[in-house]
Amino acid sequence: MATTAFHPDLNRRGFLRVSFAAAGGLFVSLYLDPKSVTLAQEGPMPAAQVKVCPPDAFVNIRPDGKIVIQVNRLEFGQGVQTSLPMLLADELDADWTNVIANLAPAADVYKDPVFGIQIVGGSGSIAHSFQQYRELGAKTRAMLIAAAANRWNTTPDQCRTEASVVRGPNGRSATYAELASEAARQPVPAKINLKSPTEFRLVGKKIKRLDSSAKCNGSLKFGLDLDLAGMKVAVVAHPPVFGGRVKKVVDDEARRIEGVRDVFEIPLAKGSGVAVVADKFWPAKQARGRLKIEWDLAGVEAADTSELWTRYRQLGSTPGNVAVSNGDPNAIDKTIAANRIVADYEFPYLAHTPMEPLNTTVRFDGDHAEVWAGSQFQTGDQMAVAEVLGLKPEQVTFHTEMAGGGFGRRAVTDSHVQREAALIAKRLRGTPVKLIWTREDDVQGGYYRPMHFHHVEVGVGPNGLPVAWRHVIVGQSLLAGTPFESFAIKNGVDSTATEGTADTQYNIPNLHVSVHHPKVNVPVLWWRSVGHTHNAFVMETLIDELATRAQMDGIAYRQKLLKPEAKKLLRTLDVLDKATAGWRNKLPQGHALGVSCHESFGTGVACAVDVSIENRRPRIHRATVAVDCGLAVNPLSVESQFQAGLSFGLTQLMPKGAITLKNGVVEQRNWDGYVPPYIVDAPVAVEVHIVPSTEAPTGCGEPPVPVISPAVVNALARLTGKRHRSLPLSSV
Amino acid sequence: MAIYQLNVNGERREVTVDASTPLLWVLREDLKMTGTKYGCGISACGACTVHLAGVATRSCIVPISHVGDRAIVTIEGIGQDTVGQAVQNAWVDTDVVQCGYCQSGQIMAAVALLKQTSKPTEQNIEESMGGNLCRCGTYPRIREAIKTAAAQISKGGV
Repeated sequence: MATTAFHPDLNRRGFLRVSFAAAGGLFVSLYLDPKSVTLAQEGPMPAAQVKVCPPDAFVNIRPDGKIVIQVNRLEFGQGVQTSLPMLLADELDADWTNVIANLAPAADVYKDPVFGIQIVGGSGSIAHSFQQYRELGAKTRAMLIAAAANRWNTTPDQCRTEASVVRGPNGRSATYAELASEAARQPVPAKINLKSPTEFRLVGKKIKRLDSSAKCNGSLKFGLDLDLAGMKVAVVAHPPVFGGRVKKVVDDEARRIEGVRDVFEIPLAKGSGVAVVADKFWPAKQARGRLKIEWDLAGVEAADTSELWTRYRQLGSTPGNVAVSNGDPNAIDKTIAANRIVADYEFPYLAHTPMEPLNTTVRFDGDHAEVWAGSQFQTGDQMAVAEVLGLKPEQVTFHTEMAGGGFGRRAVTDSHVQREAALIAKRLRGTPVKLIWTREDDVQGGYYRPMHFHHVEVGVGPNGLPVAWRHVIVGQSLLAGTPFESFAIKNGVDSTATEGTADTQYNIPNLHVSVHHPKVNVPVLWWRSVGHTHNAFVMETLIDELATRAQMDGIAYRQKLLKPEAKKLLRTLDVLDKATAGWRNKLPQGHALGVSCHESFGTGVACAVDVSIENRRPRIHRATVAVDCGLAVNPLSVESQFQAGLSFGLTQLMPKGAITLKNGVVEQRNWDGYVPPYIVDAPVAVEVHIVPSTEAPTGCGEPPVPVISPAVVNALARLTGKRHRSLPLSSV
Repeated sequence: MAIYQLNVNGERREVTVDASTPLLWVLREDLKMTGTKYGCGISACGACTVHLAGVATRSCIVPISHVGDRAIVTIEGIGQDTVGQAVQNAWVDTDVVQCGYCQSGQIMAAVALLKQTSKPTEQNIEESMGGNLCRCGTYPRIREAIKTAAAQISKGGV
């Protein structure tokens, strides 16, 4: 297959530029500079413009033979710290055992080439940077070859490369390290041929993670592990109701704790809070517990989830802003009651609770600041810190720290954690301050997956297929009031609320989907797989109900109902059908099969589970998943994302998997009240089948999440006859 | 503030801290051993698991004044032990980690299990690992790595 099949239309924002320097040895640094479009030229930069910019580079070939590759994304489990370097190293023909990956700081050169901002989102890391990293590798390789050809007085076509060595005629060879400084003087090729898939040495192979050892021996430093000379630790007392303000603080007892340095009020994204700064975490936390704060809650809406359900149900009984209307919007009213399924669904607020509590370290020096954060959204967080400190973004050096999970929680458009940290650092000018959000701050601090209510009416035709589908979704808009509003909200519809339903790949005539976006005083945020978390659940449980009603196999029914253009889903169902043929109709007594399929972020996924009921909970004995994500750059990583991502998806089935509010106060405090899945809740074994493909790669971070909950609930329906439509799954 | 003499990974260490300070924060902030992680502070997630006199213990709820002269072993020291090394190797070979933040605690819990039960059943694994949370959900590979380590240990090699 021709390599042009890979993202031929990728938005090309810049050109390669080359520089070299002798700081600690010679090295080549190449980077893609979005600002350099008009500066692009064949040949080396004039000397005056050659800059030493190790942190701005994508590739450094060091004199010791190590090749340092900068990763333009946060690593927080998804594996890009390995997969992006694989793409570059493959085209470079680098010796993989000498590749070192480094998380890049905030800088224009590291912006997502499609989004134009530095962010991890939309499962786009590999999809968007596939071409970019390959070209960087290929161009670096071409320059190394040109340098070697020059040295040996031959032509580039007489040279070949392998494992960081260029080999030429007459047995000549030179290592990349030896050639690096000469290569830096070679012109950057404007065009480059990339490898065909058959030439890949790394891409498509099961490559183990580069960060594994350091994560298994305790040596890897996450943001929370940062230790700087003279550093202080801060915690913040947040109002009990979102938007509450400090009326009065009595801090004598807090200040008496040894190691406490300062206590002061700070403005928050909504309302205000009290910051406590101490030498270490424990005194800071102890002191915060001894603050006596009187809160001003006047005019602050006290959200209450039980009241919200009443309001949402009422809204759900009326049509909202139209997301899609195909055919006759009133077709459902012409269906007789016996042929109609009417279903109401409830989905609670969900917290992300990544393992590493939220944190950010800031040092403000007056005309410059330095930030250390496990940020999913460096561009926004850097700007926010700059704004708070009265600096320009370029005056804020922003280090990307390894993060312990995120699932969307580290990409917040208001950068509230970074703003708090900057406000505190501003007062402690010259002193680095690490702000830690405790687990309680995290569970109670908002920015949840929004609550949703769905009201669906389905008309069933004589062949058991749906003939009419009217669907009302109620939930807060994720993107209203954010910089993403203009492209995500059209006609009053936030597409992140309807994704997976309004764009369903099932062939449903007379499909009408509308949405209400009530305003509620609870901050909301994307939660891994975003709208697909609830939309896939509704669609896949209803489709299952239809299949049962039609007395058809769940896989065969879906194959029949999907549009022919739903190629990825059809392929995954075909693979799932074959992969589960050995067990899915031969389950032991008390076990049942559950099936689902869903496409999100360009990736098709089909899932089958073997479920029984143990201790009044679903017990998932096995899960088989078929995935079509285009070319699997690192199949080991894809497999890993799917094996584990299913467990993350099960968060919403946990009996205590809900955030609730009473009188404006969040009722859960920690992982005792909001309980995510533990080992016993997860599938015992997960088999992942990757559909072979040479199509452009698509995302794998989020697509594992939507399929598991409907599959499990569909199996439970077979065991108990009960269709669970309200989450969490408090009883089975 | 009081002075405490600790035995950490076979070394004698002295710290001056408030008696209520949890062992977790003494390790992390006073001894600068950050491999042991803070996840919840209420013994709900196991990210802070260390061995205290050989027993897997949640260091986030153990005040430093309760530690006494019991030997403390952390993720930084567990590789000195043959079982510990086998588990760490199996974790790397199985490519268990994702974000990795919980894995220090998972490894410490797995080592404690294998020291007690050389050939653990699925049920043993679920009981011993049952309180260690992994938000990424790496549980299937954790099971696999424990079995790999057990097989390695029974062969007598690491």
